Amino acid sequence: MYRYDVMDKTLVNERVAQFRDQTRRFLNGELNDDEFRHLRLRNGLYIQRHAPMLRVAIPYGLLSSVQLRTLGGIARRYDRGYGHFTTRQNIQYNWPKLAEVPDILAELASVEMHAIQTSGNCIRNTTSDHLAGVTPNELEDPRPWCEIIRQWSTFHPEFTYLPRKFKIAVTGAPQDRAASLVHDVGVHIVRGPDGELGFEILAGGGLGRTPIIGQVVREFLPREHLLSYLEAVLRVYNLEGRRDNLTKARIKILVKSLGIEEFRRRVEAEWESIRGGALRVDEAEVARIRGFFGPPAYRKLADTDPAAGKDAAFRAWYRYNTVEHKVPGYRAVYVSLKKPDVAPGDATDAQMELIADLSDRYSFGEVRVTHTQNLLLADVEQDKAFELWQALVGAGLATPNIGTLTDMICCPGLDFCSLANAGSIDVAKLINDRFDDYDYLYDLGELDVKMSGCMNACGHHHVGNIGILGVDKGGEEWYQITIGGAAGADASLGSVIGPSVAKVDVPETIARLLAVYVEQRRVDERFIDTVRRLGVKPFKERVYAAPVAA
Amino acid sequence: MPRQLLRDGRVVADDWTYFADAGNADTSEASAASGLILTFDQWLVDKPRWLAAAGRLGVVLSPAHKVEQLAPDLARFQLVGAEFSGPSEGRGYTQGRLLRERYGWNGELRATGYVRRDQLFFLARCGFNSFELPDSELEHAVSAFSTFSAEYQPSNDAGLAHKLRHRR
Repeated sequence: MYRYDVMDKTLVNERVAQFRDQTRRFLNGELNDDEFRHLRLRNGLYIQRHAPMLRVAIPYGLLSSVQLRTLGGIARRYDRGYGHFTTRQNIQYNWPKLAEVPDILAELASVEMHAIQTSGNCIRNTTSDHLAGVTPNELEDPRPWCEIIRQWSTFHPEFTYLPRKFKIAVTGAPQDRAASLVHDVGVHIVRGPDGELGFEILAGGGLGRTPIIGQVVREFLPREHLLSYLEAVLRVYNLEGRRDNLTKARIKILVKSLGIEEFRRRVEAEWESIRGGALRVDEAEVARIRGFFGPPAYRKLADTDPAAGKDAAFRAWYRYNTVEHKVPGYRAVYVSLKKPDVAPGDATDAQMELIADLSDRYSFGEVRVTHTQNLLLADVEQDKAFELWQALVGAGLATPNIGTLTDMICCPGLDFCSLANAGSIDVAKLINDRFDDYDYLYDLGELDVKMSGCMNACGHHHVGNIGILGVDKGGEEWYQITIGGAAGADASLGSVIGPSVAKVDVPETIARLLAVYVEQRRVDERFIDTVRRLGVKPFKERVYAAPVAA
Repeated sequence: MPRQLLRDGRVVADDWTYFADAGNADTSEASAASGLILTFDQWLVDKPRWLAAAGRLGVVLSPAHKVEQLAPDLARFQLVGAEFSGPSEGRGYTQGRLLRERYGWNGELRATGYVRRDQLFFLARCGFNSFELPDSELEHAVSAFSTFSAEYQPSNDAGLAHKLRHRR
């Protein structure tokens, strides 16, 4: 993985000093609430329902064991013993003390981490495919490009005060595991007319109040122009994006109001003026960065079937929680953070430290965060999978549910977030209580359930096969249900099935949707495909045909 | 007493007057004496008068103004400013870079409005070299230019006291 040089280290240390001074000025009364808000937000610090919330950047979701161990230690010493992994591959602490945040940042800096630009109206953490570099059909590992974007976007002098936040995702495989179509900018590594690798650039995707699927701005961009093109997109957005209305300030609204053709024309015109300039990405620099992401020292192995002859629990885990690796004899292993009685995406200090140790033993000392709020050990020898499973089971990290109904994406909701209308963690628990039969879950197959506690859609509900949105109805928590959303390369937005339902009725509502699917599905047809084939109507009719029994 | 401001890394007395503050004085004289700063709208409304006036002239763009609209007339000015309407306003950063990098503006580039020490590093990197700060910020502001000692992006550093290293 990328390692800091003297310059990276210096910058992060200087940021700690800067933020320490800003915090001091705020606590002294030299900065008022509003002034400090603009400064702290650019450093990942929100003031939440109970306490400040600190979001720490995990660039494109990649962690060393040393870093993960440090995150665990911070959870224990400065928080209440856990952290929450997010859909943008970051981690959030819900209970730090404001006065201690500079110390946390200093500790993070000691392991090449920071909270720079994890919130605020600036370019956020660039996210990517959690299977980057190990998935068999990838065109190219996207992470070097993520790192190049990370450097370009860090403290970018022109784009630190954008109309609104700005999120970029980069993928290098045909499957989109980074939800790139619902990002402000999606960058896809593609082949050009002569077979050379370059980028397809999309813009204007996003969730929130106005969910929109991103549109293609440029079908093929030669690789050396990546940064100048991004700079052109950002410049058009910085000047033209709305600043009069927070809910209309994202780039998706600009793209929508101009239309993709006019937006493209403006970006291309701007790009023409700067494309020959200093932002041209030098091949030698790409090679240097790529060197950090070279393959680890894989052993020469043959594929085996470690599940053969093992008990059913291991076989189920191996089937659902591990995936194909491009190198024979290896497997990528999900560490499920979706244990039924735990908030989705949460990990304790001890779990983080254990996973760090396991990564040292089984996966070259690296851990990845997935946008579905799990962790991943990307390079595990198939013959070691059983040992690893035993260690994970003991720590509650082997729930065999990856890709199934209970592998839900979920925002912190009303329990922590000051924006939320309704709880999401407790709804996740209700769903887990209802759907605790693994045979049924496995029979349902691939199913994305995504849940957000409010319009801001941190839980990506619009692109859930089943989406659940918390709404406030006369002071009570109700839930609007959508079906037919998808986040991958075939991304689509879900349709609302009808009036919102009470919290206790959410599991029964889902059960009725699933009953229609089970009755109507064709052989090997996924839930999403059945919904696409049949439309919303039969699902809607079943849900609202009879009142939910109390 | 004239306003103090930060210019080229030093606290100096402002030798410019805003037209709006000049009262009913003969503007051509005021302009000759201390330099007169117009808003872009004031400039547009009475361009022939200002073109004919003697003395130094400055103009301040509001966030919504387009730099390309001003570009043909840049030669008439000795100062260009960009106004920051509040702590979240960011268009001026682009205006600054366009003025320096696309339209070759070499004169004073001034940040006005909401300008605080925490913005100075970025403003300077976008080409600004003079800053209207509240008096309480002035003494602390000089050190803000060295908040960071390195940078990832190539950019215009006209306002920085030292030339920074570019990575690529």
